Amino acid sequence: MRESSSQLAGLRKRIARLATDGGPASRPAEGRLASGHAQFDAALGGGLAVGRYHEFFAADALDGTSAAAFAALLALRTPGQAPLIWLRTTDSANRAGHIYAPGIAELGGDPDRLLLVETPDPKMLLACANDAIRCTGSAAVIVESWGKFPLLDLTAGRRLTLGARDAGTTLLMLRLNAAPAPSAAETRWSVSAAASREREANAPGAPAFDLELLRWRAGPAGGCWRLDWNHDDKSFGPASGEAALSGALLPLAARRAALPHGAAAA
Amino acid sequence: MPLADARARVPGLIVVTHDPVADHAWLDRLALGCNRYSPLVALDAPCGLILDIAGAEHLFAGEAGLLEDIEMRLSRLGMSVRSALGPTADAARALARYQTRPAPDEEQAIRRLPVAALELEAEATTTLVRAGLRTIGDLASRPMANIAARFGASAATALRRILGDAPSPLDPRIGLPPVMAERRFAEPLGSSAHAIKILAELAGEAIGALAERGKGGRHFRATFFRSDGLARSIEVETGHATRDTGLVMRLFAERMDTLADPLDPGFGFDMIRLAVPRLDPLGAGQLKLEGGAVREAAMDELVDRMTTRLGRGRVKKLMVADTHIPEQAQLALPAIDAPPPVPWQAPEPGEPPTRPFHLFDPPQPIEVIAEVPDGPPQRFRWRRAFHAVRRYEGPERIAAEWWRRRDNAGLTRDYYRVEDVQGRRYWLFRHGLYDEKPDPRWYIHGLFA
Repeated sequence: MRESSSQLAGLRKRIARLATDGGPASRPAEGRLASGHAQFDAALGGGLAVGRYHEFFAADALDGTSAAAFAALLALRTPGQAPLIWLRTTDSANRAGHIYAPGIAELGGDPDRLLLVETPDPKMLLACANDAIRCTGSAAVIVESWGKFPLLDLTAGRRLTLGARDAGTTLLMLRLNAAPAPSAAETRWSVSAAASREREANAPGAPAFDLELLRWRAGPAGGCWRLDWNHDDKSFGPASGEAALSGALLPLAARRAALPHGAAAA
Repeated sequence: MPLADARARVPGLIVVTHDPVADHAWLDRLALGCNRYSPLVALDAPCGLILDIAGAEHLFAGEAGLLEDIEMRLSRLGMSVRSALGPTADAARALARYQTRPAPDEEQAIRRLPVAALELEAEATTTLVRAGLRTIGDLASRPMANIAARFGASAATALRRILGDAPSPLDPRIGLPPVMAERRFAEPLGSSAHAIKILAELAGEAIGALAERGKGGRHFRATFFRSDGLARSIEVETGHATRDTGLVMRLFAERMDTLADPLDPGFGFDMIRLAVPRLDPLGAGQLKLEGGAVREAAMDELVDRMTTRLGRGRVKKLMVADTHIPEQAQLALPAIDAPPPVPWQAPEPGEPPTRPFHLFDPPQPIEVIAEVPDGPPQRFRWRRAFHAVRRYEGPERIAAEWWRRRDNAGLTRDYYRVEDVQGRRYWLFRHGLYDEKPDPRWYIHGLFA
């Protein structure tokens, strides 16, 4: 009797310790993946937290390239030679296209930092993602999935979150052709392509992205930004010119009261 | 004889379709099983195996014991075996296939072989027999120059090889690995888990041998020999030379987990061998204080593990290829064996990218409406949806690589970078100029960020 009560006390103590230390937000992030866009970074307290799990939804099936490029550029902005691990399923090359290194080089990224892993099915994708985020030394891990991803439930998401937190690896989950749903992610984004700034002779300009913050664990959601990529100084910047046309897309105040939208998504 | 005739003569005839590929695969499995006798086993397709047993026969109580063991195991697998020992590979082969009469010694046995053992063309063999030269011995007593003049150089070479005057090199199925460790068991091991423990011990031994040479292993091959005569080989590779037993065993465990058909001990393993076929120099390393080496090592191990789990072709690095054909401008090479990186072309300052982020290979056909036939696209239909073009740039003209093609053929492509009204950017091209082709088709080749 005595022995069992001491065991119980031990277990209670352990639970208490887990409760104080266990939350993904309990340990401060080791750094930030900054975009270079001043307002965007300021609203997020310096950028996307390193060692966390972030989700990027393509607003439409055709916006997959924008979402992928945004995540890749954000990770490749970091200085150094740390590799970017990109996991995708084999059939995604037919759906979204092959990742094209000359295009990444023209965007100012270094394709030599890219480690491409193609898995035969989504199950293996998740298993490899779990291994990849537990490996320190990568700039970020991008996991690209197509359509509904029933294997990525709350348990799997939580496992990824803990893995990313323990190793200090940033997980950028690309969800193409999928509808945003509750998950364990720190931030959830909707990315779509934006009209680029016109150049002479009606030519399309630098890549432009529309971002909407759907959910943020550490603060209010609901911000919208339009970002232009500038490959010369390798940073995102505010869109100019054309942005005036779409008036509703002004950046929102950073620290507002939490929106019901954000609370509902949690 | 036609099959119908054969069936009429033997009503209970069992007919099986001849499948040379399956036969060869089976011979290959037998050869792997025969690796237990000697690391050097050559296939003598379609139905023979040649083993180099020099220095290995004492393990089986002499040559006779070795032959007996081979015949016993192969006949248990349902094979009928003819075996022979010879001083050279060709002599042994000829003795196994053509010996009909017993002989007091090896030399006599070879001399008593029929001339058919030379395996010349049927006509040449008939000529030899008509000339009264029935055995190898008859032929060997004649001057070699006369034989070459009368029956061709190939007859002389074949004769010299059988007699051992000319070298008859063996082409082993697997080369002799530089480092090898093996263990034989008196009682077969019934469990795979136990076999893996033994493998870990062997890995320790092999890595000890590597350390003595100042080398590290890049490729490890474990072969599990079953008591029924067959064997199973499992291989792992690492991206950098290693002497880490733990790493090698983790890779083996990873590989075993992903095997389509798991390691089956059958009636037990009676021998396990670990070979290290590929070595690289590896000096003693020191960890950096700032931890750089540790991080790189963690990354290398991840690459090794992913490669072991998924296969070489699925863990890739992208490399420059020197061509202007877009779909050939990058090479996806296995990350485990990737050459040192070559710098990529730096982007033009202030210019938007001219190459897409995602590339379709092969390009996907689209339907395009253009204002004038060779003008830029105005609307296009891709994946059942219409896209109205708002901005465009082009054409960028890319010619086919006529200097690589014999017929100088190949169509010129006119690439357009277009943006639709929703702000998505596409890379379209018209395959062929109007003076090259009457009605050139349009394709989408990539998507820009």
